[in-house]
Amino acid sequence: MMNDLLSRFNKAFESKARLSIMSVLMVNDAVSFNELKELLALTDGNLATHLRSLEEQGYVLVQKQFIGRKPNTNYSATDAGKQAFTDHLNALEAFIRGTE
Amino acid sequence: MSRDHLQTLTDIRGLMERSTKFLSLSGLSGVSAGLVAVAGALAAYLRLRTNWFRLFNPDDYLTLTPLSRREIINFLFTDAVVVLVVALLVALYFTSRKARRMGVKVWSVASRRLAWALAVPLLTGGVFCLGLIYHRQIWLICPAMLTFYGLTLLNASRYTYRDLEYLGLCEIGLGLIALFLTGYSLLMWTIGFGVLHIIYGTVMWYKYDRVTSGRGASGRVVMSDQVSFDPDYE
Repeated sequence: MMNDLLSRFNKAFESKARLSIMSVLMVNDAVSFNELKELLALTDGNLATHLRSLEEQGYVLVQKQFIGRKPNTNYSATDAGKQAFTDHLNALEAFIRGTE
Repeated sequence: MSRDHLQTLTDIRGLMERSTKFLSLSGLSGVSAGLVAVAGALAAYLRLRTNWFRLFNPDDYLTLTPLSRREIINFLFTDAVVVLVVALLVALYFTSRKARRMGVKVWSVASRRLAWALAVPLLTGGVFCLGLIYHRQIWLICPAMLTFYGLTLLNASRYTYRDLEYLGLCEIGLGLIALFLTGYSLLMWTIGFGVLHIIYGTVMWYKYDRVTSGRGASGRVVMSDQVSFDPDYE
């Protein structure tokens, strides 16, 4: 029972940073790199690494554009990402219910 | 183990809320804005004296001489601008103080969104009222101010404490009453911008600020892989 529940946890969200990134993207249409950095208090390199891994999984969509001459990168959650995050939360919830 | 997961869920909820809502709006800024409004209304009443009813009643308005009308409107305009500026400054002071205590930035994703949600309907209302002055429809100004302000709060409540919605609805109600109870505009304005702000601010202060001030940096979740959080996490 317990192992079954644990197996439903998504490996992609094991890191607290990646889980946090997805939490923010779930409730916002599109968030810029700097806004994410501000909210999560992560360093540039750290945040970029986590975002890239989420992008590779197909959970996050990256849109690069220029505002004037400044590059601006926006991130949003894909449908697959939203689904995976919801599943992960459900698994977490089931796990907590099970241990109570 | 289970406790860690519970903590994770709490963090997630906190982040979702913090990234969409600006929660540093201080109750004290509501109270102070209300006090400033009452002071402004008192100044207007002392200036108008026996005319306070006639000025805002479309039938009585024309019985005032053009000269006194102009002079009164100039006074009221200055009075309103001073009230607006002072109330905004004081509100900004208390809000940035609360943000500092909570350890969040005043100018963040969430506050930018809140500012935008406030600015558009509020500026629309402002221009609308200037138009009313231009067309000499003085009696309509107070109902318009209250109604537009109510709609503004209703709109902004999506980006901050949900409670703001109730204040918005009350302001709209007062604005519409003032529209029909002509003449009592100054009284309605005092209730809407003064009394309701003081009540709302006090309630908000008791509900959110008082508790958090004791605990210090409440609601703040440190989200970093480098900063150590719970040692037994994972």
